[in-house]
Amino acid sequence: MTSVYESLFLHTVARAIVPIIQVFAFYVITHGHYSPGGGFQGGVMLAVSIILLRISVGEESFERFPRNAGIVLAGVGALCFALLGLAPLLLGGSFLDYGREFFWLPAPTAHYWGIFLAEVFIGILVWGSLMAIYDTLAGGGEE
Amino acid sequence: MILDFVLGRYPYLFIALLLMIGVHGMMVKRNLLKKVIGMIIFQTALYLLFIQGAKKEGASIPVYSPELGAEAGAYMNPLPHVLVLTAIVVGVAITGVAISLLLVIYRRFGTLDEEEILQKMRESA
Amino acid sequence: MSQVPVLIPISLLVSALLALLIGLRDVKLGHRVSLVGASVAFFLSVAGIRAVAGDGEPLRYALGAWMPPVGIEFVLDPLAAYMTGLITFMGIVALVYAPRSLATEAPGKEGFTYPAMLLLLTGLTGISLTGDVFNLYVFLEISAIAAYALLATGDRNAPVAVFRYLLIGSLGGGFYLMGVAFLYFSAGTLNMADLQARLPDLVENRAVITAAAFMIVGLGVKMALFPMHFWLPDAYTNAPSAVAGLIAPIMTKVSAYAIVRFFLDVFPPGFLTEAVPVASTVGWLSAGGILFGSVLALAQQDYRRMLAYSSVGQIGYVGLGIGLANPIGLIGGLLHILNHALMKGCLFFIGGAVRYRAGVTRIPEMRGMGRVMPWTMAAFVVAALAMIGIPPTAGFFSKWYLILGTLEAGNWWWFGVIILSSLLTAVYFFRTVEMIFREPEAGDPAARLLSEIRAGGATSSASHEAGVGPGPATDPGGEPPASMLLPILILGVAIVAAGIMNVVIVEALLERAAAPLGG
Repeated sequence: MTSVYESLFLHTVARAIVPIIQVFAFYVITHGHYSPGGGFQGGVMLAVSIILLRISVGEESFERFPRNAGIVLAGVGALCFALLGLAPLLLGGSFLDYGREFFWLPAPTAHYWGIFLAEVFIGILVWGSLMAIYDTLAGGGEE
Repeated sequence: MILDFVLGRYPYLFIALLLMIGVHGMMVKRNLLKKVIGMIIFQTALYLLFIQGAKKEGASIPVYSPELGAEAGAYMNPLPHVLVLTAIVVGVAITGVAISLLLVIYRRFGTLDEEEILQKMRESA
Repeated sequence: MSQVPVLIPISLLVSALLALLIGLRDVKLGHRVSLVGASVAFFLSVAGIRAVAGDGEPLRYALGAWMPPVGIEFVLDPLAAYMTGLITFMGIVALVYAPRSLATEAPGKEGFTYPAMLLLLTGLTGISLTGDVFNLYVFLEISAIAAYALLATGDRNAPVAVFRYLLIGSLGGGFYLMGVAFLYFSAGTLNMADLQARLPDLVENRAVITAAAFMIVGLGVKMALFPMHFWLPDAYTNAPSAVAGLIAPIMTKVSAYAIVRFFLDVFPPGFLTEAVPVASTVGWLSAGGILFGSVLALAQQDYRRMLAYSSVGQIGYVGLGIGLANPIGLIGGLLHILNHALMKGCLFFIGGAVRYRAGVTRIPEMRGMGRVMPWTMAAFVVAALAMIGIPPTAGFFSKWYLILGTLEAGNWWWFGVIILSSLLTAVYFFRTVEMIFREPEAGDPAARLLSEIRAGGATSSASHEAGVGPGPATDPGGEPPASMLLPILILGVAIVAAGIMNVVIVEALLERAAAPLGG
């Protein structure tokens, strides 16, 4: 999977579609906590958008998203999620217990935002993981 | 009697068939990628098992609706769906690792055919 | 409410992620971070043990403040504390050992190996702590994925062996998941304590019986229960020594622990012994595995493959403890988890030390190594005596409890199996000991290393000679470098200490764990 199919049609359409896919992916992520959707699904779509770029456009996509980007994104996303889960511990609650008062926010609002942030971080994590899987398979790296 | 049995439980029979196809693929096929596909079929059958068990006769989607009220029997059970979601993620990760392994194997041995690989391993031992 | 139960796996997970991100820049710093993380987890495990040992109440922790049985909970009871203590201890030891060993056996992969090891530890401690059957599946697969990634970094044949392990392991995990599905649809809950309350009414239900069968088969595959063990020898033989020294001691044991957990705390007493003869089936299969593993270990010339087949046999002892289904037998099986972990870890690390210095893994080529690295080989003798089961090493005591268990159950076949396998173990270990302490002949790697020691007072490592890897020529004597020698010696001492202190361990933790059997 190392040669890029040279076609003006493909390049143009890909460049036009990828932002739309990403916007829809953000929509799916941010709606995960009260309607169908969620972090995992949105993350997969984000990864798909980048993979589409890689397949159709090739070299240029590596300027914006270098090879290691997948692993870094996955690591950062997972770390943020773990820290988000640990944050309630500092305020006397349990792991992932968002339903507490957080400074000026009343408990239900804090709960809402906690779940939302969790979905966003999971989205980043899944995005990074799938990008890393694709880059490993198609990029020529080991493991 | 048999017809009743089949008609009442045909989703489960289908799932059992898929499970068998998946395991058969994993065991019998020589090409390693086909074995991975067999594994994927097996996992998919498991997801279907969970979803099938969550179904209730005449139930609605698990989103609260004022007409149906708070009665639990009117909604489909959302828990198995969540379990399936988690299991799908796990399955994706395992498939990713499996295909990465296939890549390394292909680069080292030049083939994905199990017999040839075993042959090469025996020769180099 | 104590935060310890959740902090053990989470600290390991966070340090895995930090080690991954930092390791992309600076591998050494990533290694230090992983060591810190493993140590934190170990101290937390010790705190957990101190909290529940003796008469302490189990620590229950509801994740997300969602109360069980709806929410997922972690339960730190004596058995779980025992397992997490062992897992985190082996984690620290393996992380100390890893850097030099990986430099020769899997150069360039360290940046991913340390996070993968921590991820493995996360999964294994999660399995030990969780009180929810589906959560157990998730952690089971997390640890499996980490293990696949770790084992694949070894020799040329490693990816094929790991691929086979992956297929069989996914099948096992899938069977376990099927069991969970049947159990959930029959009982309506995923929480272990809640299942324990609801299942007694359901013992006649065929779905529950099927669930039990699938779960035990699934966990048996992961546990390398004979005859589902075929993935193990190849996978462990081709792995780097540090990885084998971490995975072989603990991975299959945690799946055995999961079976024990189901046996004691989920299914009603007597269900798995009388209604469905699962326990005795596991026992008989384990007996077969013990003999099979011990006999095949005899036939091996490669040190690591011998240890791998030996591991198949040794996990059989734990299965025998399950099969006996009396408290004393179960205590023997559980104690053997600790003992075998210490012994096998020490043995694999010693193999890695020999490979580091001499580049050989076959037993005939190890002739005379005892003179090159006396301290390392002294630890080998201790570990070998423990594997055979000679007091006061730890191995003796777990076999002793198992023998008492077979006597109490009146099962003379299994009694014979234990005795016979100990004799077989004695044969293949004494053969290796004899080879190691002989006078090296000309042309042996040991002879070459000895002459180097006499000549310059320093030996190079095999990698240095081959031109790859760091292998500085300034390591003193013939012993492996300190970072590798220290874990070997610590484990050797621990083997003897665990033997002498076994009564303490049994009384503080294991007796309470086996209590539901009517002890």
